[in-house]
Amino acid sequence: MFRAGSKKRRGKRVKQKESHQDILLSQSQQNVGKRPGGDRKQTKNKNILAKAVKTIFMLLEIKNLHASAGDKEILKGLYLSVKEGEIHAIMGPNGSGKSTLSAVLSGNPAFTVTQGTVHFKGMDLLSMTPEDRSREGLFLSFQYPVEIPGVSMVNFMRTAINEHRKYRKQEAMNASDFLKLMREKKALVELDNTLAGRSVNEGFSGGEKKRNEIFQMAMLDPVLSILDETDSGLDIDALRIVAQGVNKIHTPQKSCIVITHYQRLLNYIVPDRVHVLFEGRIVKSGDFQLAKDLEKQGYDWVKQELKD
Amino acid sequence: MLRQYSAPLMDSKREAAIGLFEKAGFPGPKDEAYRQCRLDALLEIDYGMNLYRLSAPAHPSKVFRCEVPSLSTKLFFVVNDVYYPDPDPQKLSEGVLYGSINAILREYPELMAPYYDRIAGQSADAFAALNTAMAQDGFLLFVPAGVEIEQPLQLIQLFHGEIEQMANRRNLVIIEDGASAKLMICDHSMTQSSCFSNQVTEVFVGKKARLEYYELEMTHPNNARLSNTFIDQQASSSVFVNGITLNNGVSRNNLNLRMLGEQAESMLSGLCLLDSHQFADYHVDVEHVVPQCTSRQLYKYILDDESRGVFAGKVLVHPNAQKTSAYQSNANLCNSSRARMNALPQLEIYADDVKCSHGSATGQIDENALFYMRSRGLSEQEARAMLKFAFVADVIEGIQLIPLQNRIHNLVGKRFRKQMSACAGCDIC
Repeated sequence: MFRAGSKKRRGKRVKQKESHQDILLSQSQQNVGKRPGGDRKQTKNKNILAKAVKTIFMLLEIKNLHASAGDKEILKGLYLSVKEGEIHAIMGPNGSGKSTLSAVLSGNPAFTVTQGTVHFKGMDLLSMTPEDRSREGLFLSFQYPVEIPGVSMVNFMRTAINEHRKYRKQEAMNASDFLKLMREKKALVELDNTLAGRSVNEGFSGGEKKRNEIFQMAMLDPVLSILDETDSGLDIDALRIVAQGVNKIHTPQKSCIVITHYQRLLNYIVPDRVHVLFEGRIVKSGDFQLAKDLEKQGYDWVKQELKD
Repeated sequence: MLRQYSAPLMDSKREAAIGLFEKAGFPGPKDEAYRQCRLDALLEIDYGMNLYRLSAPAHPSKVFRCEVPSLSTKLFFVVNDVYYPDPDPQKLSEGVLYGSINAILREYPELMAPYYDRIAGQSADAFAALNTAMAQDGFLLFVPAGVEIEQPLQLIQLFHGEIEQMANRRNLVIIEDGASAKLMICDHSMTQSSCFSNQVTEVFVGKKARLEYYELEMTHPNNARLSNTFIDQQASSSVFVNGITLNNGVSRNNLNLRMLGEQAESMLSGLCLLDSHQFADYHVDVEHVVPQCTSRQLYKYILDDESRGVFAGKVLVHPNAQKTSAYQSNANLCNSSRARMNALPQLEIYADDVKCSHGSATGQIDENALFYMRSRGLSEQEARAMLKFAFVADVIEGIQLIPLQNRIHNLVGKRFRKQMSACAGCDIC
């Protein structure tokens, strides 16, 4: 059932891609037509345009990424491309750099990028502040959501939403619209009503914390979500609620990177691509079958393959 | 010259105070109580004193507003060290006296003799002695037994004038048995000159009496404040103190509370928000003299830039003060490597059946929380403001006057977002 959903998504995406490309090409031809340029110039423009189209649909493009925490190099030349609408799963043994990747992408100052580039919607992601990354539509669901005593959920979310709106030069959302939105999104992850008045994550159970992450994701409506081990520490019911929440938010324009140890979550959120991250590099990529193989056989055979 | 203008009761205390001050002198760096509080530079300034009792030309209420929306307070003004006659005199309640301390001590010497300088006179503090020696005016509030004043009273202490000056302000608050009052004292300045306020406030809270006492300082970097507040509490009385320093230069606040009657309870709280070169020093001394009293202290500081803060809180439990409950909590947020905080929490307990605790912690903003908030799109400044706000929320929420609580809430929020000029209350500066 979920596979079918994903196929459907893919179908839509392709269609949309074409239409986008058409518009862009026709625009460029118009522009070129106005200019008294030679044939050579026209082909050059077309090439540039083709490149631009490619980067636009490549939502995230990571090239040769090296990153370290202190003196220790963790990511050692990572390549990853995520197109609009795709769901990618990243798996890998402990200590392979999965969480470092999510931290670097969201701009955590505890990690230093020493080499490589990351483009997000064609922009240089690494030069952006964490807040601008969020405002441009990047979202990280934390593996360990931080407790912030004294800051209420409602105040936190309202400030976040309004900072996003300010960035897009929109007016601040009024209180009743905001509460309506909050009620609507809370229902997605079955969070209870006392949430608004409580401090951010303070005293939340493990499951509530993760559901709260997905709630925030629904509120902020990102184009690229990174779920960093969102399934860890969840019981079966909570896992289902979280995964269903993610699926409800997902649209053909949005992409998702799911970092996980287990196939279990991927039964709900079905990935288009599965990658194995090992010693700071993506060493193997495949489709959903790869996740099933890993679940069955562990990582040893991947390591063995690498040695050979 | 002093005697020409002031009440005989005030004059009668001067000689002893001068003797005490001459013996003690201004406290230097070797003086334990003032070790962290550097006053040398301040004391070098040649301050003028208003010995001839000249008053400023305009009435302060015409030019100054310190409004708390939806809180109608009864306003009083002390400009420099001159009490301004109430432009709208009204009787608060039968027997309530309020106004110039000088005038009231002159008019009711017998009534006031048991109170004036009774606590301050026992203090070893040189500045308190200097105040007793030099004070000529200030504010007095007398609430007779059983009278409850609902309307909050607000005293505004202002500096005005071009010259560098020292004001020895003297306040006396007497809440008799079973009476109650809410008093708010705001320090402001309408001049950029260096001004030194050396003030003494004596407070007497009778049996079963209740007092809410608020202090708010919003002055400027050239202002120095040395405040000695003495509170004596009788049986079953309750005292709530809240002191907030938002903008200042150098402030030293000595708060001395004695619990002299059983079943009394007190809550002392304070908040200092310091940046640039601000300095604030709270010395809180709570003395449990008798059994079965409860005292709580909650003091918080946020330090930015090169500011400095000192908190010295002491609880002294006398040998027979059994069943005492005393709690002291001090927490400080140091946001810059050049800011400095000295915390000196102390308990001195001579009784054996008591519940006492103290805790003090100084730290930084939680970087994880900051990043978490930024990753949701909050700017760093906004995230910091929210975290600072969360840090001080319990002090602000402790304020029992709700309109005042909202006002402080606003002021502090503005302050954290750097939207507030030095003095937000007045129309002139």
